[in-house]
Amino acid sequence: MTDNPKEIALELKDKLLQRFESVLPHFESDESDFFVNKRKKAIEAFKEVGFPSTKNESWRKTDLKPFLLKDYSFSFTENNNNQIPSAYKCNINQFDTDLFTMVNGKWVNGSDGVTTYDNGTVVASLSTAKIAFPEIFEKHFGQCVVNERNGLIALNSAFYEEGYFIYVPDNVSHNTNLQMVNIIETNQNILTNTRNIVVLGKNARLKLVHCDDSVDNQYSFINNVTEICLDNGANLDFYKLQNKDDEAVVLTNTFVRQDSDSNFTSNTVVLNGGLIRNDTYVNLNGGGANADVIGLYLMDNKQIVDNHVFIAHNVSNCTSNQLFKGIVDNEARAIFNGHTLVKQDAQQTLALQNNNNIQLTNISKIDTHPFLEIYADDVKCSHGATVGQLDMEAMFYLMQRGICERNAKMLLMVAFVGQIINKIKLPNLQKSVDELVRKRLKGELSSCEQCSIQCAEPDKPLHFDIDMSKV
Amino acid sequence: MLQIKDLHVSVQGKEILTGLNLEVNAGEVHAIMGPNGTGKSTLASVIAGNENYEVTKGEIIYNSKNLLELSIEDRAREGVFLGFQYPVEIPGVSMTNFMRTALDEIREYRGEKPLSAAQFLKYMKQKKALVEMQDKLNNRSVNEGFSGGEKKKNEIFQMAMLEPKLAILDETDSGLDIDALRIVANGVTKLKSPENATIVITHYQRLLDYIVPDFVHVMYEGRIVKTGDKSLALELEEKGYDWIKDELKA
Repeated sequence: MTDNPKEIALELKDKLLQRFESVLPHFESDESDFFVNKRKKAIEAFKEVGFPSTKNESWRKTDLKPFLLKDYSFSFTENNNNQIPSAYKCNINQFDTDLFTMVNGKWVNGSDGVTTYDNGTVVASLSTAKIAFPEIFEKHFGQCVVNERNGLIALNSAFYEEGYFIYVPDNVSHNTNLQMVNIIETNQNILTNTRNIVVLGKNARLKLVHCDDSVDNQYSFINNVTEICLDNGANLDFYKLQNKDDEAVVLTNTFVRQDSDSNFTSNTVVLNGGLIRNDTYVNLNGGGANADVIGLYLMDNKQIVDNHVFIAHNVSNCTSNQLFKGIVDNEARAIFNGHTLVKQDAQQTLALQNNNNIQLTNISKIDTHPFLEIYADDVKCSHGATVGQLDMEAMFYLMQRGICERNAKMLLMVAFVGQIINKIKLPNLQKSVDELVRKRLKGELSSCEQCSIQCAEPDKPLHFDIDMSKV
Repeated sequence: MLQIKDLHVSVQGKEILTGLNLEVNAGEVHAIMGPNGTGKSTLASVIAGNENYEVTKGEIIYNSKNLLELSIEDRAREGVFLGFQYPVEIPGVSMTNFMRTALDEIREYRGEKPLSAAQFLKYMKQKKALVEMQDKLNNRSVNEGFSGGEKKKNEIFQMAMLEPKLAILDETDSGLDIDALRIVANGVTKLKSPENATIVITHYQRLLDYIVPDFVHVMYEGRIVKTGDKSLALELEEKGYDWIKDELKA
């Protein structure tokens, strides 16, 4: 080991390259050439570009380097006796989802790792799906990824082992909500590369909840790639809840490919985490497609959250909306980078971009960069960003009516984030997120001890002294 | 109830109130009039606890307590209410949430149990009737998109909800049409009791036809320079302020 940061960062890259050599025989024995060749190509790309640094334009504001210095262990191919941590055996009745859990990057549900519903919908571990559904899998795997020059994506493509595979056939409206929980619980500093594939056939519908949780204050590094393919008329509601401890790094790259009249709504709620970066790439490839990419972040201490959204209007008559709101406390940092590209022939485009921030301290930092790149002439596009403090006039007004400073702040902050929470279309999830956010804003939730949805005691109704929203 | 003695107040180094004296007793209605920029709204803000103003000298005693030592919210809980000249819009906070939170905290301060949801709704309905306010306002955000008249009605509605001992109404009549003025004034009159007091800050005698004052004060250059009964307001309406200024110079 060395104390020179640059060398250690190099070391992690070298260690990964070496590791690839040692696990390659395993991949070669288990997988067809189709997959092995993709991995080899990816590791070459990773070897060439490495981890992103602040020299990369899109990483200029987020320095990954300090997070690469930890001594991570890699879990690839190791035998896995993971159990769901007891704390996670929670009552999910209230939330009405089918729950699938991964612990430390490994799938724990069912021995065969595949669930097939009567309507033909499939939920499977990635490794199972590769074998059980080769046709659909090979047709979609790697198809949505548009940026192989990104070192993290290359790394993921070389090493991915597990993740979830969801397929909803044509014209199927899947009526149970699926909840995928990704927990890190280990006494090692773990680095995982998870890969998810979600495929919705023509006019298929699905509501999907993705949770990233951790229970220990161990360093962890999740490098996730999710590919989402929406065929004509498909409709996906994708909710992402990220409640990690302060030592956790979560980097997600989500690629969405949308055909005509499809609808994609993603709502990402970041409650906690050391470094959380979510890159979302949406390609609107068919007329009438709509993408709503919205999110909320509440950061404190020295946490960093970075949301990058790229939406490409490749054809005419599509709509998109980016809306991110956040509250940043202490020395935390929030970065928003929204990029909407309207191609030359993409007439009649409607595209909105907005990022609103409340800064609770003057040592917190917000970088916001809403950006439109338009080559068509008949479009409606707007973008905007605000960074501000709580409205002191409103504070005085509330306090003049007898409300203490703390509750007045709470009312204003809850009101501020309410715009995002109100867009959650699953009533119980909306309620839970609302409660979590209130808890978070009151400083009572640093890192959830359970899965995001069910806090401490599921049977006990949570009490908030200002929660009278149901009156 | 309220004794203000030799009150000096500055904002950003500029002295606005220059030795103001005022005494208000339970059951009384006081009107404060005076030209623009003489410190009427400053007085209201200082009593309510607005931290943008610095009290450099003097004292405010309220029900035997040193009011200046109380926090904004404790002043409110002790019964001080300010009807704002420009009520602020608060998007995302519903009127119901707002009033429920305020009432709960005030009741807790007084050692009373919170109202149940049903009791609260009933109570709110009663108070809304007082200012002829519509039900749909319940779920709307505080003052958001309210017309000028609705905002002022909303102030009186809040006053009815919180039952203050000392209500200061800062130009509650400005921006109101005749009907709204009548409704607002009637609301204030109905809320009047021997136990509470009202200070009405206004430019116009018109309001005082409805809310009949026991005392009329004229403020000029940061203090009260003349006090009379309701006939003083009529005299001001007729003659303006110049004669008072002349009196002061003489």
